Amino acid sequence: MIPPLSDFIIALPEIALLLVACLVLLIEAYTQSRQGAYLAAVFGLLLTGLLVVYTGTPETQGAFNGLYVNDAMGALLKLLACFAAIVAVIYSRQYLADRGMLGGDYLGLLLFAVLGMLVMISAAHFLSLYLGLELLSLSLYAMVAMRRDDVRSSEAAMKYFVLGALASGLLLYGMSLLYGLAGSLELGAVAETVRTGARSEMVLVFALVFVLAGLGFKLGAAPFHMWLPDVYHGAPTAVTLFIGSAPKLAAFAFVMRLLVDGLQPAYGDWQQMLAVMAVASLAIGNLAAIMQTNIKRMLAYSTISHMGFLLLGVMSASLAGYSAAMYYAVTYVLMSLGGFGMVVYLSRAGVEAEELDDYKGLNARHPWLAAVMAMFMLSMAGLPPFVGFYAKLTVLQALVGAGWIWLAVVAVFFSLVGAYYYLRVVKIMYFDAPAAADTIPASHAGDARILLSANGLAVLLLGILPQPLMTLCAYSVQMSLR
Amino acid sequence: MDFASLVFYSFAAILLLSGLRVVTAKNPVHAALALVLAFFTAAAIWLLLEAEFLAITLVLVYVGAVMVLFIFVVMMLDINIEEMRQGFWDYLPIAGLVAGLMAVEMVIVLSGDRFGLSAPAPAPDGFSNTRQLGLLLYTDYVYAFELAAVILLVAIVAAIALTLRRRPNRKVVDVGWQVRQTAEGRIRMVNLKPQKPEYKEEDDE
Repeated sequence: MIPPLSDFIIALPEIALLLVACLVLLIEAYTQSRQGAYLAAVFGLLLTGLLVVYTGTPETQGAFNGLYVNDAMGALLKLLACFAAIVAVIYSRQYLADRGMLGGDYLGLLLFAVLGMLVMISAAHFLSLYLGLELLSLSLYAMVAMRRDDVRSSEAAMKYFVLGALASGLLLYGMSLLYGLAGSLELGAVAETVRTGARSEMVLVFALVFVLAGLGFKLGAAPFHMWLPDVYHGAPTAVTLFIGSAPKLAAFAFVMRLLVDGLQPAYGDWQQMLAVMAVASLAIGNLAAIMQTNIKRMLAYSTISHMGFLLLGVMSASLAGYSAAMYYAVTYVLMSLGGFGMVVYLSRAGVEAEELDDYKGLNARHPWLAAVMAMFMLSMAGLPPFVGFYAKLTVLQALVGAGWIWLAVVAVFFSLVGAYYYLRVVKIMYFDAPAAADTIPASHAGDARILLSANGLAVLLLGILPQPLMTLCAYSVQMSLR
Repeated sequence: MDFASLVFYSFAAILLLSGLRVVTAKNPVHAALALVLAFFTAAAIWLLLEAEFLAITLVLVYVGAVMVLFIFVVMMLDINIEEMRQGFWDYLPIAGLVAGLMAVEMVIVLSGDRFGLSAPAPAPDGFSNTRQLGLLLYTDYVYAFELAAVILLVAIVAAIALTLRRRPNRKVVDVGWQVRQTAEGRIRMVNLKPQKPEYKEEDDE
């Protein structure tokens, strides 16, 4: 059956983004204007966000013979992914321009990565889920490898690529087993098969192991986290900023689509596996981050621990848990954008502000930047009144509500351990004497400075007034659950 | 055992052996050739499943194009595979243990009829696999098909972005510049007056 025109209208955001990505590639080829490519990318993402709002509905709409689904959760996540990508691009403009990387190829790949995220977010079929994931991953591999002459970044790209391919293989193997059980690649049909329980439980659990291992790799959850610190450390900081932000929303959508839309009836089985992954992530992420001297590496380990928290929300397998996990993902992206954004912002041509020592006495030189950075760090540590506190609180509430009290205790314990290394950054900025030479020169990208300040204030404001965003997340998850 | 299963088992055995050869061969060219054999036997198994289009595509695309390129690259680059395989024997015991464990688990889970599958009914005469695929690709699966195309586009962009670099000291021939040259631009006629070479009286000794 040929898809009707209405299907294409539902998919307008993806179509528009694809056209813009091709346009960005062409603009630089024909006009040699790097500024033009940059503006086209930013406005293209803005247009995509507007189209998401235009096509978004509270009801669940399917399209393309069950390959595509448009629902409230998807619309909200897509809008936020576009927004996060815009912010990441604006933060990294100066950094990229200083290093000659700001061009059609980089921005084009970035837009294709965002397209992959949108496809993943609105997937209702193993095929579109996998294709979206590959589109995202392939673009990210190339972006990590972009600085060809840097040994560390080539090494990071190689590790990312090989482990990513392995994870895709595991995921596909699990999916093929599920296909064997259900006889269909549609997530709804798989859920139906699992619900009726007509098929072998053993094969289902076996397939789940592979699917979850693949998911763990893509999320960066322990014990599948080995690539993450090396990739975050080795990649150009602008790419680290991008990888650390919007793809986390897509990863959350991936987990929700696969485990909740597709395998919700088997939640008893995946709950235990997720619990193990979450506890391991919290432990390894928080303990290993203490020993880091490089802020990118430190934030990478902190990402692992945050992913553990996110999994805790999903594993409660309740409406409260899913909306808590979504709220966590959204606020984490906000904080991660700020944290890595500051690292990008403080870097200048030839200077990477990525060692913790580079932040010594930042307060004496740039008091406002130090204050904003402190807000991000305190929020990640989960201190009130910042938004990170409420994100952790809602996850813990959902956990206790679902009866997993010991997991909540473990999560609180490791959050306390984690607070140490976040507070250490604050201490370094405020109480250590600046290094003799001013390692971080004054900065001059005005738009990034304003946006960073707004980002920091948003972390504070959402912490004081957490209710609207939380309600929005809960509403969209509730409307999307089948 | 009927003839079809005999064919299947012999091809499957060849496939497994050649796959093993790909990993264990010392000479990279041998490994690449073993991979060609693996593709061929996989194509044969697909033919047994009446998936002619997939089988012929595998042979045309992978054996015909990809593997030829691959062998080219392997022969051009002087890869010392023994060096790359350092530590292979060190890791073998633990890796072998894990792999063996997984193989046993897979046999336990996948052997026996847990999927409830039955053999498909034989296709009617004049049934064209290729035609059915063509009908589905652009209708039911047009979204996935376009996405696959976008992934290929990303691969092209990534390959160009990673390999096309302007290095200042590269000795590259500009064909357009060469073609534009004329005799006037290249040869300068100089009218030299005949003259006697000057000998300097120097005493080197």
